[in-house]
Amino acid sequence: MAVTLENMPKLVMRFVGVEGANRIDEATRRGVYGTLKKALSMAPLAIVDEVKKSNLRGRGGAGFPTGMKWGFIPKDAKTTYLVINADESEPGTCKDRELLYWDPHTLIEGVLISSYALGCTHAYIYIRGEMIREHRVVQRAVDEAYAQGHLGKLHDTAGRGPWKLDLTVHRGAGAYICGEETSLLNSLEGKRGWPRLKPPFPAVKGLFGQPTIVNNVETIANIPHIIDKGGPWFADLGTPKSGGTRILCMSGHLNKPGVFELPMGIPLRDVIEKVCGGVPGGKKVKAVIPGGSSMPPLDASELDIPMEFDALMTDERIKPVEVRPGIKFDMGGGKALRTMAGSGGVIVMDEDTDLVAVTARIMRFYAHESCGQCTPCREGTGWLARITTRMAKGEGRPGDVDLCASIAHGIAGNTICPLGEAAAWPMLGFLTKFRPEFEAKIRRDLSPEKRAASTQPPLVQIRGTGYMGTALPRGRT
Amino acid sequence: MPLAFTAEAQQKIVAIRARYPNAQAACLPVLHLAQDEFGHISDEAIDVVAAALGLTAAHVWGVVTFYTMYHRHPTGKHILMMCTNVSCMLRGGYDVLHALEKKLGCKAGENSADGEFTLVEEECLAACADAPCLIAGEKYFLKLTPETAIQALEEIKKMPPDHKSHPAGSSGGGH
Ligand SMILES: Cc1cc2nc3c(=O)[nH]c(=O)nc-3n(C[C@H](O)[C@H](O)[C@H](O)COP(=O)(O)O)c2cc1C
Ligand code: SF4
Ligand code: FES
Repeated sequence: MAVTLENMPKLVMRFVGVEGANRIDEATRRGVYGTLKKALSMAPLAIVDEVKKSNLRGRGGAGFPTGMKWGFIPKDAKTTYLVINADESEPGTCKDRELLYWDPHTLIEGVLISSYALGCTHAYIYIRGEMIREHRVVQRAVDEAYAQGHLGKLHDTAGRGPWKLDLTVHRGAGAYICGEETSLLNSLEGKRGWPRLKPPFPAVKGLFGQPTIVNNVETIANIPHIIDKGGPWFADLGTPKSGGTRILCMSGHLNKPGVFELPMGIPLRDVIEKVCGGVPGGKKVKAVIPGGSSMPPLDASELDIPMEFDALMTDERIKPVEVRPGIKFDMGGGKALRTMAGSGGVIVMDEDTDLVAVTARIMRFYAHESCGQCTPCREGTGWLARITTRMAKGEGRPGDVDLCASIAHGIAGNTICPLGEAAAWPMLGFLTKFRPEFEAKIRRDLSPEKRAASTQPPLVQIRGTGYMGTALPRGRT
Repeated sequence: MPLAFTAEAQQKIVAIRARYPNAQAACLPVLHLAQDEFGHISDEAIDVVAAALGLTAAHVWGVVTFYTMYHRHPTGKHILMMCTNVSCMLRGGYDVLHALEKKLGCKAGENSADGEFTLVEEECLAACADAPCLIAGEKYFLKLTPETAIQALEEIKKMPPDHKSHPAGSSGGGH
């Protein structure tokens, strides 16, 4: 039975706003670390089973079933690592930061239980460099957990003999791409954050060449609840294929923006109207980004969709993303791209929003953050940023709309990591649903001088080099 | 005097190094430490970090230039990280950024003339529900308007500087 707004228990956000709960004494008094004992009395595989039964899906972006991912660790692995992805930087996403600040101890308990299940003796938390305050709070919590003997001391267990865990907090240094799991691992190894080709997947060959599981903060913060109350209980809270609750980060044009733990699968319209008090000035919604800026937007006719992983990918009420009017984008095997639940970052835009300017800002972001390894992403994101920028200025050239679509199409599927898609999908998504807004930015009457100037808006520097991106491809005129 | 880690910093490096199975993995935390000690990561600082960890200077240079938070030039005492990504933009983030540029007399990416501030236009800072936002040191300034942002500058001036060491940094190009 899925829960409703009225009867939903607060799990991961139970201590958000509770002063003092981020210190170990208060956290322990409130029950944190109470499940650890139960977990250590279970066999490691029984914990993995419980997580499988819970239908917990990754909260970092892809929604991959957590129990299944844990099952990919080779049976004969000697050293395994668990790495917590606390790099939160997908535009529109602001939930992990709340959990890190208000409730680091539940995360640490989750890390302990998960590490025990995975046979890991040294786990890492990779925390975003800009989160200076959260880094201090999490490091303090880790120090407290060491002092109390949860970390760094041998525990009696039912399944692994005497077992202990070390936990290191590793601070990033400013690079969105380090949220991508293989880039994160390279960054943790002290290198540039360049994503790795997959396979091999991290579960087989990850950190320091060993089998590694990377999980998001919110994902792991759910683990103590699952082990405490049981996988089936957790599964029951959610929809048939997604267990538990879901945090949505509601931003943009809303009367009451905020970060909310909500029933899995709540319709978007209810979140906007009931939870967030609607749009300021009684304005209409024009577009909503449902899961961080990498995801194609929804339009005003698509607000009744349940905010759940599968629904956002497959609900036929969502118009598929197109490459050109009438031609669907093919995800492979003829599968249509609608949108995705992503990281839970929901950005609401009212009827007066200039979506071309928004698209240009998004493209500038991906151009800035491209790591530069793959030509389609490195050059393509730069081109998209520059062309959408000139469109946003009202100086688009005839052919620019098709040029953007063809560049985006050329990036998707042709790169090492999904940052390429993260730029291509919203580009194609905004064009599919709001094409006339882009067309309206095309000027056919520019003087030759103005036109020459608008052809080459400033180049975007390629990360980690002194080089600027290459000149724009010639558009059709 | 050539740049060198203090005895205290060297002890910290030993402690950092112990948390990783190899020296290379200590590169990011030791660079953070170096920036705190030296104020910014100069070519000389790269050599010092490389020597401390037994890495090549080329490797360390590659790392430093990849990440935006390692500053290659002197910065102001306080780094203002102002977000203009979508959620902040929708709620006036650019108005705030432009007001700061005007007040400080410098563009995003530069240091203010008095050496107090370095203004950085940031990507999403994970405070989107309280947009527009700015981080200075440990503190978040939320739901900003041009007026509250200018007021925040006075408060930020009173905060401890971001890095221990602050060679006067009045020249531009702090980022
Ligand atoms: C460009 C890019 C950025 C990402 N950023 C993050 C991030 O900031 N935080 C995160 O948890 N996952 C991020 N991910 C997803 C991770 O690669 C990975 O799938 C996730 O951490 C797995 O954890 P989960 O299974 O618990 O969701 C990103 C992926 C890509 C492609
Ligand atoms: S897709 Fe982009 S970010 Fe990802 S590896 Fe290639 S160049 Fe780097
Ligand atoms: S968009 Fe500014 S904090 Fe997220």
